This record gives sequence, structure tokens and C-alpha cells, in this order.
Amino acid sequence: MGVGTLDGEGGLVTTTIEQAVNWARKGSLWPLTFGLACCAIEMMAAVSARYDIDRYGAGVFRASPRQSDLMIVAGTVCRRMAPVIRKIYDQMPEPKYVIAMGSCATSGNIYNSYAVVQGVDRFVPVDIYVPGCPPTPEALFDGILKLQQKIMKQKVFIKSPILGATKV
Amino acid sequence: MTTETNPKTVEPAPEHPVAGVPVPNKALPLLRTEKLMLNMGPQHPSTHGVLKVVLELEGERIVKATPVLGFLHRGVEKLAEDGTYHQFIPHTDRLDYVCAMYNNFAYVRAVEKLLDMKVPERAEYLRTIVAEIQRIIGHLFWLGTQALDIGAMTVFFYTFREREVLLDFFDDLCGARLTTTWYRIGGVENDISPKLIDHLYKFLENFSEKLDEYNALLETNRIWLARTKGIAVISAEDAISFGLSGPTLRGSGVDYDLRKYEPYGAYDKVQWEVPVGKNGDTYDRYWIRILEMKESAKIVKQCLDQLPQGPYMVEDPRVTLPQKDKVFTNLEHMIRQFKLFTQGFNTPPGEIYCGTEAHKGELGFYIVSDGSGKPYRLKIRAPSFVHMGAFDYMARGYMIADIVTIFGTYDIVMGECDR
Amino acid sequence: MHPNAEKIQARFPEAFLSAKEWRGDLAVTVKKDAIVPVGRYLHDDPGMDFDYIVHVSSVDYPEDPERFEVVYEFYSIRRRERIRIKARVTEEDGSIDSVTGIWKGADFMEREVFDMMGIRFNHHPDHRRILMPDEYDEGYPLRKDFPLAGKGWRDTFEFITEGSHKKTT
Repeated sequence: MGVGTLDGEGGLVTTTIEQAVNWARKGSLWPLTFGLACCAIEMMAAVSARYDIDRYGAGVFRASPRQSDLMIVAGTVCRRMAPVIRKIYDQMPEPKYVIAMGSCATSGNIYNSYAVVQGVDRFVPVDIYVPGCPPTPEALFDGILKLQQKIMKQKVFIKSPILGATKV
Repeated sequence: MTTETNPKTVEPAPEHPVAGVPVPNKALPLLRTEKLMLNMGPQHPSTHGVLKVVLELEGERIVKATPVLGFLHRGVEKLAEDGTYHQFIPHTDRLDYVCAMYNNFAYVRAVEKLLDMKVPERAEYLRTIVAEIQRIIGHLFWLGTQALDIGAMTVFFYTFREREVLLDFFDDLCGARLTTTWYRIGGVENDISPKLIDHLYKFLENFSEKLDEYNALLETNRIWLARTKGIAVISAEDAISFGLSGPTLRGSGVDYDLRKYEPYGAYDKVQWEVPVGKNGDTYDRYWIRILEMKESAKIVKQCLDQLPQGPYMVEDPRVTLPQKDKVFTNLEHMIRQFKLFTQGFNTPPGEIYCGTEAHKGELGFYIVSDGSGKPYRLKIRAPSFVHMGAFDYMARGYMIADIVTIFGTYDIVMGECDR
Repeated sequence: MHPNAEKIQARFPEAFLSAKEWRGDLAVTVKKDAIVPVGRYLHDDPGMDFDYIVHVSSVDYPEDPERFEVVYEFYSIRRRERIRIKARVTEEDGSIDSVTGIWKGADFMEREVFDMMGIRFNHHPDHRRILMPDEYDEGYPLRKDFPLAGKGWRDTFEFITEGSHKKTT
């Protein structure tokens, strides 16, 4: 975890506030229940008993964007759905993170057609891209672990110049 | 045909209005009443994807429910016209992503009908085995999510446990869990290994015990009964008129199963029955799906016992790839391989419709060919889309809390519905 | 000729155009004005009894004088038989009568044909687009002259306000 150093017998932990805040944030990522297509099925499998996403503190799926920190865009992003995704993203409180799960959310995949947006990053800033079609639950966990590493490097006490963009 | 009711449910069904019949307004004349419009979805945890429904409510009763589709419209039918016949197989995986193998099966059957091709017997058996395994997975998934939506979370963990065992089988068979692309035009991609056959036998040994486990949780559960008995009732006549299929139609007592009456694969070589319901409500559909899982297990067991030896892919120069060692040494084979991958194979001009009984209902492909290597027009008859046509009719008159049950009763998947 | 096709020809000599049996599928082409009477006959006559609607589809032939073809597929639950009825529609007219009064399931299927191919259905109870949004104005995607990648709608996001979005290249 790298929070700080343990000071002998006194049971003291020395750390910076920044690290402590980030440590708390990364351990309680609450994702939004937001399945679009095929990848949502693997997201559900990740919740189920065998994989158990709760081990990474990211198992409290919330149905409301107001209560969640993490949006996992799981599936094909169609143009008709795009305004809805953007609205949900805007409704999430800061700090918020986005994982583009699967090839469709990353780049449109095989759907190079009139109705499909070629990647969710066209209208929502994305933190982590998880490849695969669909990614296995293990791949999703890898994405969540990468996101946790990213959170640990964040600067907490500076003002972000662009609203909605996550600073690294 | 067998008409099945669950003997353990002796409790009478609670009174509910019949779908389609307007509910009398019992409000006092002095009170002002107005209809409430409620948007449900597209971001809602129990709409099974991205479905939006505009509900008109009178108090808590649903007066009108208008489904708004198209939030997952990916233009698959247009994309089909742009690729060769082989290139469309991965697209079919992603139509009904819970049940990818069966979509593959339906599509390759349609193309084989267009080519007038006969598939080797071993391939037919392998196809049937894997398709029925996929049906079990689909029904397990339905059971878990439907119970989760209604409020019984435990069942979800139980059904996903067995689902994972079967997904492991797929993983070993073709390297993917969900989007499998295992069926090929003229056969299947690879042969099944003895290890995998053992895996299946082991699973089938105690599968009926597992089914009893789920039933112990639900079968006589008072909440489950109250929330499924008498909900989303549709008569046989209406169900036929709306074009419903699969367990949704059989729940109303109509004996319509393409596996039985237009047999394909190895379904006519094994013993099994079509379970048919009586009341046409959600509980009957649940019970039919449980019985179908038992029948599927029976089919898989018999197919494994009878599995014949022989090739698993047809020897037809139109569709079969040449052997790899010959491609590197022989010019003709190399050209054939190159042409198959770049241009595909030509089909005779004509048009066919081929329906297959997927676990949701009749999944059909209507293909128009102009003699070239690409489909001129490919229409997908998706059961979920047709079922949504009956949604308004079936939801009217029920309480708003029942809407989640009515979504679930069709086993709807939006990828297939919107295409 | 297939007995079912003969029956249709005997009953509607004016409207019957052709019948073809290929790979076990029977396809009967009729005039588009007669689609409702033919449908009524197929549904109600005890000798036909096609009570189940399988799909409604459409094919585009840009070179033909009658450009569009509307395809209906019916099934008889009791007799376990299939039939396909086809009708040609010109581009100028672009409309055909709706069969929703006979098969309730035709409602959504006809709306999809309208959405994807632009063929209008007269007397349809709820004639709107179904898969594309109501305000979509690029045309009808499944026509052969419509480009696969569309005409730019998928790449325009009018809902993003200035400065709220991290520009990606």
C-alpha cells in the first residue's frame, strides 16, 4: 500500500494527507450499474461469487450516478445513447473515473456503422481502457487495479483546470 | 407434448386484472385525478440493458406502457451487406450475447440452407450438444437475473456458480467465454476432446440436484409466488397473434417448438419432450424454463452417449479451408485460401428463411442472395424484438412494481432486440 | 405449383403475380393493393389458417422500376406450414396497407420496415420510427444508396458544452 512507515512500538503511521485521502478513495470505488451490451454480462460475472469484485473495494454497485465514483462503460456506445451517457457522467460527483470496458467502448470495434460512436472517449474523458471482446472478469480487475495505481498518483489539493478531466 | 403444472404450488393465485382490460376509476368525484407520465430507463438496473419505457400511470396502475427501443441499434443488418458470409458469424455472437452459440447455430443453418449443404453426422451431434449447453446457460442466466430483479438475490449466486462451470467448458472448447464463434458454415471449428466429454458427464451427474436447490429457494417461496403468479398473463390466441415464441408462447399452452416440428441437428434422434404451460403467466414460464433445462440435460446426455465418429467439418471446396501444409506448398490451395478469405464464397441467387428455436424463441434469418459473395439483404427475426411488440398489451392494468417482472418474463436482451 | 399458391391464385386471379418454390420455401408475389384481402384470407380461411406472423421485411432493388419489395412470412401453428408473401412498391408511391388489423405482432415489424427502408404503412396505428430517434433526418439506413458509415450523425455531439470536455485527437 505504501501509506507510510510504521514507527516501532508506538503503532504510529506517518504519511501525507494526500496519500491518506488517495488510499481511502482507491479502496472504496463505487461503480455505477450501467451495462450497455455484452460486456455487462462479464461485469455481472465479476460481481458473482467466483470472481467477487468486492475484494478490490469496488463491489458496491449503485443504481444512481449521484452515489457512484466509477462509471464502467460496458458495451457498444450507440449514438442514440451518447447524450444519456454524458448526462449520467455529468451527474456523478467529483472525483469521478471512467473505465472503457471492451473494444466497443474503446474504439467502436467491428461496428463501423452509421449508428455507433467510435469510442466513448469522443464525448467523455476516459481513465482506463480495458481491451477484449468482451474482457474477462480478470481483465476488468486488471483495469480496476491500474485505476487504483493511477488514483494513488493523484494530486488532491490542486484545482483542476479543466472540469471533468482527471489529473495524473 | 406434456402439459405441466407444478404440483407443489397449491396456493391460489392472487387476484389481478387481465391485461388489456381498462381499470375502472374508483376515485371520489371531488378529487382531481390525472395521469402521471414516468420515464423508466434507459439507465435502469433492471431493464436488462438500455431499454426505455414511457409509463402512463393512474395511481399505481399502468394505463399505457410505450417501449422506446433503439438505444443499442448497431446497424448489424447493414454491416452484414458489407462483409462475406463467413465474416458475419462474429456479429451473430453479439446479437444475443447471453446465448452466442445458438445464434451461430441459427446463422450457419440459414447459410447451409442457402447452399443446400449437408453437414457430417458428428458435426450435427456436436452442434446439438453445445447448443443445448448454451440453452442451459441462457435459462440459468434468466433465472438468476429475474430472481434478482424481483428481490431474491441468493438465486443469482447459485445459478452463476453452475453457469461458470459451463463457461469453463466453452473456454476450453474454443477459447472464449461469451463470444464464441465456434460454429462454421459446414461444421464446427474443432473437435471435442475426451477430457471435455468427461467434464460434461461430471456436470450432468449432479445437475438435477442443483436444479432442486434453485427450486427449494423459489418454487414455494411466498414472495416469488405473489410476484409471478397471475402476472403478465396472455392468452394463447393473443400470444399467437403477437408472434410470441419460445417459453413465452409455450407458457400460454401453445405447443410450438421448432426443434420438435422442424427438426434439425440431432434433435430427432434423441428422446425428449416439449413442456407446455397452462395459465400463461410468469410463473408458468419460470416452470417451463426449469423443465426445459431438465430436457436439455437429457438431450446432452443422450447425444454424448450416441456421439458418432467421423469428420466434424464438411469436405466442400466452396466453404472448407485447405489444409495448412498444402497452402504452403501448393499454389492452387494457396489461391483457394486467399480467395476464401478475401472474397468469400459465392452463393446461388435466391432467398431463404430459416428459423431456429433459440432459448428465447424463434430466431430466424431471412437471406436474399444475388449470387455474389456477400448477402444482398440479411434480415434477422429476433425474438426479443417481437416480444417487445406485446409489451404494452401485457403491461396494462398491472401495478407499477410488476413492470420489472414483465420485462424479465420475456428474457429480453437488447443486443438482439435493437440489432 | 404448390397447392397453397394454387388456392391463392384461384381466389385472387387479379392480384396473383407469381409463385416460386425454392429450397422448400414457398414465395408468392401479389399486387400491393391486395395485401390486406390476401392476408385476411390467409389468416381466416380454415384451409390456410396462417395465424402466426414470423416477420415483415423489405428488400431494396434500386435498378428495378418497382424499387422496394415488402416481404411477409407467415406460419400455421396447426398445419405446421410456412408461406412467404411478397409485394412490390414503387419509390414515388412508397406505401402499402398495414396488416396490423389481422396480426397484432405486425405493429413493431412494420414500424421497423418504415424506419429502416422508408416504406410507409397506411392505417398503421402508431406510425413512427422505432430504432432510430424521431428527429433523425439522414434518411433510411438500409437503402442501398445509404453509406455504411452514415452521413456524419454518429460523430456530432451537440450536447457537449464548450470547455467541459477534454479534447481528444
